[in-house]
Amino acid sequence: MVIQALTFYLFAAIVVAAAVMVIASRNPVHSVLFLILAFFNSAGLFVLLGAEFLAMILVIVYVGAVAVLFLFVVMMLDINFVKLREGFLQYLPIGGLIGLILLVELVMIAGAWVFAPQAQSQARLPIPDPEQVTNTDAIGRVLYTDYIYLFQASGIVLLIAMVGAIVLTLRQREGVRRQKISQQVGRSRADSIEIKNVPSGTGI
Amino acid sequence: MLEIGLSHYLTLGAILFTLGIFGVFLNRKNVIIILMSVELILLAVNINLVAFSAHLGDLVGQIFTLLILTVAAAEAAIGLAIIVVYYRNRGSIEVEDISLMKG
Repeated sequence: MVIQALTFYLFAAIVVAAAVMVIASRNPVHSVLFLILAFFNSAGLFVLLGAEFLAMILVIVYVGAVAVLFLFVVMMLDINFVKLREGFLQYLPIGGLIGLILLVELVMIAGAWVFAPQAQSQARLPIPDPEQVTNTDAIGRVLYTDYIYLFQASGIVLLIAMVGAIVLTLRQREGVRRQKISQQVGRSRADSIEIKNVPSGTGI
Repeated sequence: MLEIGLSHYLTLGAILFTLGIFGVFLNRKNVIIILMSVELILLAVNINLVAFSAHLGDLVGQIFTLLILTVAAAEAAIGLAIIVVYYRNRGSIEVEDISLMKG
């Protein structure tokens, strides 16, 4: 019990500290790296909660894809980040005020509400005993049966996002040689080979 | 204090959510940091969902977390693509410059 508590506090403290550094860091590259730290530690929290499949997905999707995408964009664009930080302290009071109000409201909600007594027994999909069915197995059993439409819909969302990102960022630049497959395939023998009858002793 | 319950995770989620909102206000000019703050907000929501899922013994929360993860990945990809296109056109990503569509 003590070890579980200590682990929770360790992970939670690192997540919060990394989140603070994400929004307060001077260099956006450092922000991305702290974001990665926050994601890793929340994956640890998910393992602590018994959701190991989601923990691994979090590491793969967020750290492996999203954070690397951020890193690419931050490093690819030549931006004067010092200029972007002007007025950083100007928004501190209003942002702090709104954040404080929000935090107080959230804590008040968390302190005031109680579970309905029958909530525990009305689980839509009770988590099976982890000794017999692993978390991944349990998710897979419902994700591909009860939630197949949502699963397909999220696949479509990802497909549209991929197509959209490619359409937005693809551009044809002047002076760049590209492979034109249709031209290559459409070449015929007549317009690429010329037979010359060279008399012996002279050049072409 | 040593008994880690639902409220600990909810408090962590609330702190992370607030930090995300705070980050949006603090970095008003830098779209990239704003996108990262949105990721933090979504992470806070995910922590809440998984905590409720573990506490109530209900697997639905974890399914929803999976779907939120999908949407977050799509949102980051599209958002960064828009930033790249905008940078190509204007040479800057300052939020205050983004006023072309203002009437």
